[in-house]
Amino acid sequence: MEKKIPLTIDGRAVQGRAGQTILEVARHSGIFIPTLCYMDRTTKVGACRVCVVEVEGARTLVASCCMPISPGMVVRTDTPKVQAAQRMVVELLWSSGDHNCLTCERNGSCELQDLVYRFQIEKPRFEITPPGHAKDLSNSMIQRDLNKCVLCGRCIRACNEIQVNEVLDFTRRGSRAKVGPAFETDYIDSDCFFCGECADACPVGAITLRPARFGGRPWETKKVRTTCTYCGVGCQMELNVHEDRIVSVTGNSAFGEPNLGSLCAKGRFGMDFVHHPDRLKKPLIRREKGGDLEEASWEEALDLVASRFKEIREKSGPDALAGLSSARCTNEENYLFQKFMRAGIGTNNVDHCARL
Amino acid sequence: MAGLAAAFGSGAMTNSIAELEYTDCILATGTNTTENHPVIGAVVKRAVRQHNTKLVVIDPREITLTKYADIWLRQKPGTDVAVLNGLMNVILAENLSDKAFVEGRTENFEAFRQVVEKYTPEFVEKISGVPAEDLKRAARMYARAKRASILYSMGITQHTTGTDNVKSVANLSMLCGNVGIEGGGVNPLRGQNNVQGACDMGALPNVFPAYQQVAAPEVRAFFEKAWGVQTLPGKPGLTIMEIMNAAHHGDIKGLYIMGENPMISDPDLSHAEESLKKLDFLVVQDIFLTETARLADVVLPSASFAEKEGTFTNTERRVQRVRKAVGSPGEALPDWEIIARIATRMGYPMAYGNAREIWEEIRKVTPSYAGISYKRIEREGLQWPCPNTEHPGTRFLHKERFTRGRGLFSAIEYLPPAELPDEAYPMILSTGRVLYHYHTGTMTRVSKGLSERYSESLVEINPEDASRLGIDDGRTVRLTSRRGSVRAKAKVTGRSPVGTVFMNFHFREAAVNLLTNPALDPIGKIPEYKVCAVRVEAA
Ligand code: SF4
Ligand code: SF4
Repeated sequence: MEKKIPLTIDGRAVQGRAGQTILEVARHSGIFIPTLCYMDRTTKVGACRVCVVEVEGARTLVASCCMPISPGMVVRTDTPKVQAAQRMVVELLWSSGDHNCLTCERNGSCELQDLVYRFQIEKPRFEITPPGHAKDLSNSMIQRDLNKCVLCGRCIRACNEIQVNEVLDFTRRGSRAKVGPAFETDYIDSDCFFCGECADACPVGAITLRPARFGGRPWETKKVRTTCTYCGVGCQMELNVHEDRIVSVTGNSAFGEPNLGSLCAKGRFGMDFVHHPDRLKKPLIRREKGGDLEEASWEEALDLVASRFKEIREKSGPDALAGLSSARCTNEENYLFQKFMRAGIGTNNVDHCARL
Repeated sequence: MAGLAAAFGSGAMTNSIAELEYTDCILATGTNTTENHPVIGAVVKRAVRQHNTKLVVIDPREITLTKYADIWLRQKPGTDVAVLNGLMNVILAENLSDKAFVEGRTENFEAFRQVVEKYTPEFVEKISGVPAEDLKRAARMYARAKRASILYSMGITQHTTGTDNVKSVANLSMLCGNVGIEGGGVNPLRGQNNVQGACDMGALPNVFPAYQQVAAPEVRAFFEKAWGVQTLPGKPGLTIMEIMNAAHHGDIKGLYIMGENPMISDPDLSHAEESLKKLDFLVVQDIFLTETARLADVVLPSASFAEKEGTFTNTERRVQRVRKAVGSPGEALPDWEIIARIATRMGYPMAYGNAREIWEEIRKVTPSYAGISYKRIEREGLQWPCPNTEHPGTRFLHKERFTRGRGLFSAIEYLPPAELPDEAYPMILSTGRVLYHYHTGTMTRVSKGLSERYSESLVEINPEDASRLGIDDGRTVRLTSRRGSVRAKAKVTGRSPVGTVFMNFHFREAAVNLLTNPALDPIGKIPEYKVCAVRVEAA
């Protein structure tokens, strides 16, 4: 058994493991500490200082996301000093960007907005001075408005440490710092793979999924968890549905294996087909050889299929019929398909395109 | 699949995706993982960058993974068996094998050893072009790792020697005692979302669900009872390529195709088209009017994955839920409902109220799935085998014993691809996929974002070949094989080795399968998509 380390947070006796941070132990014990730059599974950077706490004996406030626990540590997360410091950070972030929630896609799902609300800030003490970056509307998948960026660096860590695509970085330093692909190019001209991990990582409206723009507010949108329909990884994903349409696809690390919240360009941006106008909507039949395919009722189409299959079986035997099932369909459908071919028709001529 | 089943008794991925991140060595061969299984690609890259995992890549193309690799072996297309035998030759010569494992858990080692003896690094260099020294380094890296995992995909299977290739991969893993341990194994990455499930469910000519042989009378008796029929056919049926050929000969008269588009994915498309046209009756059930559907007598509109309930089984044997998010357009119906209606009309009633009822039946006849209920996989999927509702699922296979008992070594000689370059067709064509598109393009090409990023088929050609042929980047070229000819734009890039061009099969207007060779692997019956001979010229 690993040795537990005892400490006190807000007067409560809690325990943690060696190497854990104050933040991790607090979260595990159900004690809330606000964060912004912190992101699970990536380097702890302690950049935003929203998570500061008081530690007895320390001269200054410490970033709880980076500070490892030690035995007997006494931590306070809610003193006036802590609250004032956290509030200051939030006010500075607010004032240094263009945070106009009226037109922001993340209104209602924005971590900065949540912090402003939590700290009950009516207005920042500082003058609002957005940096005036041009928006990146270079492609229809990922949209960037760096005037809303809080420089938490989560997108950079998502791209480098989770997807390991190594596209994003800070491109300038200091007060003019900016996140993005090398040489400050737009996404479309960069080596970006459009996995969208950066958009899922962004806590605010700086990097967003473009297809979702004006596609429904978060509280009007239904999230349906499902399995991706493309490759064999079987990523777990959320289809965000508004008025019976899929408006965007997001990952969710809480879904666990196999993908821990990651997706690729296909799963993320490849769902337009579901609502494409060319989708088949009615059965079609060719009423005469060489003629065109014409619309028909289900009754007519299914009767025709059944009678022609029966006819062929009677004349030439069941092995004159064959079926190709589909690696795209569900298990239930594949099961039923082969059951139909074997028990319903009487042939083992059933295969699918796995070989191709 | 056939190769792995022969060696281990099961054709499925032995280990799990998550194990890759913490293993000591990954050998990736014939898998362009970052484009075809991008999220597994990310796991591999994290392993290398963050967890000190060694990476060996064996691939003729300079795929993205080569950027992350410790060693990259760039073999000539189709020489995989030689390279793998070479690795094993070094391992044996340098005494790096796991003798206890070989003795305790495998059979037929001696015959295997005799064949491998011949494949010295120098001999292999002559066949494959892989420098002998690199081969030795790679062999040591793989063999010395405590746990090492092998990843492969279509680059291994889509050859006339595909089954041999897979058996060789299995040999290598057994030789170093890497089967049945966490972080090890032989891991075929499945191309399509539910290939694993379609196979598990018995959408194959020779087996019922869970690979129970149709030829076995006691198995048939079980299914006759379960399905309420007098007799079930005992003769294994035809594979997809055999079905197409039989249709061409007029022996298959009626064909029912659900959700597949062989008119783009088959090798030798002109032959495929003729075959389908010769049918008396073709039914196609799909979400779009595909090239194949256009030839049909009846087209039935089906629901997409977002419009129905059910399950998919991913490449690591994980059964996961598919859920209905939106309604279907027009009168489209879930595939299962259409099948049930046809069956009922043919006098074999199928009365299921929903997908869950079918699932419950599946659990009764599929032992490896018996413990997996919808309820249990509500939050997280379970990996088969999962024989009962207390079973936690199986992260890796063959732990104490192989599914078939002992692991079977195979003695495999290198055979060249069926069609090699000659004077008239001097270059090799290799086909595959790209990140932004999928299979026959039906779904990805209508995505605005994806087609923006990758809008037309490109022929990747090495700068040396390009300049010799007077082809600039972006220039339209014509590719001609013995079977047909297509045009597409050239992308001049060092990703393609000298003498080989690469093209994807997502674009119907540049249907590369007009060119490919339908020569099949004799056992796996998989066509040789990775090698055929072509002529390339500026058009
Ligand atoms: S979409 Fe993916 S690859 Fe592109 S910048 Fe974002 S995280 Fe990086
Ligand atoms: S999101 Fe990408 S990697 Fe994941 S299952 Fe879909 S296609 Fe595969």
